[in-house]
Amino acid sequence: MSKPLGGMPEHLLRELAPQVLGAVTRRFRDFSAAEDAVQEALLAAATQWPGEGVPDNPRGWLIQVATRRLTDYQRKEAARRRREFSAVHAGYLAPVPAPFEVAQHDDTLILLFLCCHPSLSSSSAIALTLRAAGGLTTAEIARAFLVPEATMAQRISRAKQRIQESGVPFEMPVEAERAQRLRSVLHVLYLIFNEGYTSSAGAELQRCELSDEAMRLTRALHAMLPGDAEVMGLLALMLLTDARRPARTGPAGELIPLMRQDRNLWIRSHIAEGVALVTAALSKGVPGPYQLQAAVSAIHDEAPAAEDTDWPQILALYDILSRVSDSPMVNLNRAVAVAMVHGPAKGLESLRDLDGDKRMAGNHRLDAVRAHLLEMAGDHGAAVDHYQLAAARTASLPEREYLLLQAARLRESRGNAAG
Amino acid sequence: MKYILMMHCPRNGYDTFGALPKEDIQAHVAFMKKLNQDLSQAGELVSAEGLADPRQAVLVQAGKDGAPVTDGVFPESKEFLAGYWIVDVESQERAIAIAGRASAAPGLGGRSINLQIEVRQVMSGPPDEFA
Repeated sequence: MSKPLGGMPEHLLRELAPQVLGAVTRRFRDFSAAEDAVQEALLAAATQWPGEGVPDNPRGWLIQVATRRLTDYQRKEAARRRREFSAVHAGYLAPVPAPFEVAQHDDTLILLFLCCHPSLSSSSAIALTLRAAGGLTTAEIARAFLVPEATMAQRISRAKQRIQESGVPFEMPVEAERAQRLRSVLHVLYLIFNEGYTSSAGAELQRCELSDEAMRLTRALHAMLPGDAEVMGLLALMLLTDARRPARTGPAGELIPLMRQDRNLWIRSHIAEGVALVTAALSKGVPGPYQLQAAVSAIHDEAPAAEDTDWPQILALYDILSRVSDSPMVNLNRAVAVAMVHGPAKGLESLRDLDGDKRMAGNHRLDAVRAHLLEMAGDHGAAVDHYQLAAARTASLPEREYLLLQAARLRESRGNAAG
Repeated sequence: MKYILMMHCPRNGYDTFGALPKEDIQAHVAFMKKLNQDLSQAGELVSAEGLADPRQAVLVQAGKDGAPVTDGVFPESKEFLAGYWIVDVESQERAIAIAGRASAAPGLGGRSINLQIEVRQVMSGPPDEFA
């Protein structure tokens, strides 16, 4: 009857989660309650399947369990309302569920659009996306973000409330809205990926899982929208960045900058896949920001050694990026490329344009890049000051340690030179 | 973004609080409970703790032989940490708003105690990649 469970059921559960949620939401027309019921069904499967084996029709099993939970819930709700409003609504009954409809679109896609709705704050959208579209449990999400499970549960339930209040239907956004809504989806997936892109001790493993989850969801998005060049660009960017994960930190968890990483540790299969994706995307016409960032990453990843990096090509890409994107971060990265191509003095000159940008005020990255370029220019005294300023402003512990060590290294080499 | 909100109280703060009438103590406790409940329901509370009277505190330093050296006499500090919250919020403005609300906790006769609350970011952000 049942297949024995080979390995962990999580991947199967996570893939089925959005399909099951789509089916149940469509039938009961109550996204919030359906989402709770599906979460309960997933938890039941995670406890039962390892002992009893995976049922022959796991999707059907999950839908059935979720439906039962939801029907129970509705019956209780109806009884509660009957008690509360017995005088006015004497005959109130639980709504009759609609028959199961055949999905018109892939439900994972609809769910991503819903969970990444622009009316949600980014932290709510991230949490809801991981649970409803990613099939992670509240406990897993809470652990990844190092907050109590109760807090994460509230964040998710608030997000669902917000969606319900804004009246967004459980269906594909209309054509006119789709491009903008897709941008929100890509942004949330990018944020989830970045959350995992950290090396802070202790929680390291769980955080890596966030990057993996972001890549899995982006891959699913790419499978549903194979012709979208920006989806390809984002997936390529994630792969090309994640390829460097094994080389990004040293044995003690310390940060190793790109130019000093052991390139033998980079994940070759990620690089090959990322390069193929970004090449295909760029052939499709005017490139968007994710494709351009992926192209920059591809140039780094394809250089056999740091000194082989094709900086003129990177600078050309940042020139295009700065025209399509208004982000000061682009100009910051561009300044590094300017310095590598035309020398540190020119790089420092382009940084000066950023000093007046309010969005960069107090941002440690501006100080960190300035310190780096000052060091390149041989002005070690000023470089030490800016490394220290950047260290005081960052909110990342490994980054602060890295910056302080840079300052210390320069101070000591100056001391030696003087002595 | 995570922030720690540290509530400081003056030297005599614990005594002043202990000398409040029953209703005022109850109002203060109820205020703090409601605050924590609201933070939890907003999906923002990471943890919140009140600290015991500073007179029970011990100062510890590493001794030469590696054994801890303790100091039983509390130093002549003007202010003490009375309690803290760790919150996970969207912005620094939100952390400051929460601290403002906590500082308005009622004391004698329901008037705000107006304690100072220090707001500091917790270093939990992801690092950048350096070129």
